[in-house]
Amino acid sequence: MIEVDSVYKQFEGQTVLNGISALFDNGRTNLIIGKSGAGKTVLMKCIVGLLIPERGKVLYDGRDTLQMGKKEKLLLRREIGMLFQNAALFDSMSVLENVMFPLDMFSSMTYNERLKRARLCLERVNLAEAQDKGPEELSGGMQKRAAIARAIAMGPKYLFCDEPNSGLDPQTSLIIDELIHGITEEYNITTIVNTHDMNSVMNIGDHIIFLAGGELCWEGSNKEILNTDNRILNDFLFSSEILRQVKEQATRNI
Amino acid sequence: MILLDSIKTFGSYLMIMGRVMSRPQRWRIFFRQTMHEVYQLGVNSIPIVLLISFFIGAVICIQMKLNIESPWMPKFVVGYATREILLLEFSSSIMCLILAGKVGSNITSEIGAMRVTQQIDALEIMGVNSANFLILPKITALVSMMPILVIFSIAAGTAGAFAIGKFTGIMTPQDLIVGLQYEFNQWYIWCSVIKAIFFAYVITSVASYYGYTVKGGSIEVGKASTDAVVSCSALILFSDMILTQLLMQ
Repeated sequence: MIEVDSVYKQFEGQTVLNGISALFDNGRTNLIIGKSGAGKTVLMKCIVGLLIPERGKVLYDGRDTLQMGKKEKLLLRREIGMLFQNAALFDSMSVLENVMFPLDMFSSMTYNERLKRARLCLERVNLAEAQDKGPEELSGGMQKRAAIARAIAMGPKYLFCDEPNSGLDPQTSLIIDELIHGITEEYNITTIVNTHDMNSVMNIGDHIIFLAGGELCWEGSNKEILNTDNRILNDFLFSSEILRQVKEQATRNI
Repeated sequence: MILLDSIKTFGSYLMIMGRVMSRPQRWRIFFRQTMHEVYQLGVNSIPIVLLISFFIGAVICIQMKLNIESPWMPKFVVGYATREILLLEFSSSIMCLILAGKVGSNITSEIGAMRVTQQIDALEIMGVNSANFLILPKITALVSMMPILVIFSIAAGTAGAFAIGKFTGIMTPQDLIVGLQYEFNQWYIWCSVIKAIFFAYVITSVASYYGYTVKGGSIEVGKASTDAVVSCSALILFSDMILTQLLMQ
């Protein structure tokens, strides 16, 4: 479980996060949604420790990251897996080496054990056949799957995904969404996904927070989101004329 | 303003170097990375070092012959002057200026591309000291390969001078050999190696710093590569002046 308590973040005097508080449970896929520039990525970077908030607390199962020493932070980072927007696979390594990398760095396993674990992770994301390929030989969806395999290699307790579907077609996006959701339930981990893909919201949004102008505007689940009367959220969800008409039609049918 | 920016840049460079100069998290991976960099930065530079040194050695020999030939001057002076130029300046300073262009831009663009594609963020999230992981093997590799490159450069330059003497007949190989051996001071070779080792550190650390601190996209990476080569060249020339003064006193 990750708790964010009154987090403030400014850049050159401009407030980007204005006292965000939220609770992200384990075993559920938690989504952060909002328009571009709403502060989603900054919030995620504050949670994972790539940015330090000016005020507030970020608690991983009760452990305050802002009060942690260097050693504690390093240990915590071994419990974190992250999928970046553009996958961020290491160019100089093959897919298998990418997945083995965190194991090589931090595990005390033998080479054969590390190899077995890496192959298991690749099989979990249906990428076993591409293990010897370089990242540049993979399609966007395959790169994302390889990055998921690398993120789960160490058996993380917390999984972060920054816009996992950006640049992918709807079908591939669905595969990635289901993979993230499946892994979250299978390993009972705390997953936070940063997205503005409405398919993801409806498919895997067990718990959703909506940010606007650096503030938390709405919180709920994918079952509640379509029936909300929050004007800002509705403007975001039904920004196109077609979607607005679909909603009006659905309301009339009810 | 420029002074303040320079102080800030130097401070940021020192902070990154502080992270670089820490104990590697996994020695096995550090040695693997270092061997890879020895090949990339050192072994791959041997052909260009040999090629340029050979021709520069030949050109120095021709220039010396044309410009200092006189009935009052012994014939071996051409060989002597060629040797001194190669040992004292070319094989250390000028060769490192050339390497600043080849190796420096390569390092900056490699690390810069990793920065803009979030590969460095991925390392940090895993708990890897990215500065140490990426930069220390490069510094170790080039610093340890540099004495070999200097020796190769001296040898190729001397061979170039010898070849031009032999094949064009502008001077006899015997005169050249006498000149090359005349009042030979072993310390000059050490000076050349010491200077080149220092320049190797400058090239790798400064180029890595520019790559590591890139913000933006591919245009910024290109600009950082240019800035890195300019800064490395300026620092090499400036430190050459100080090191020459210190070592040759």
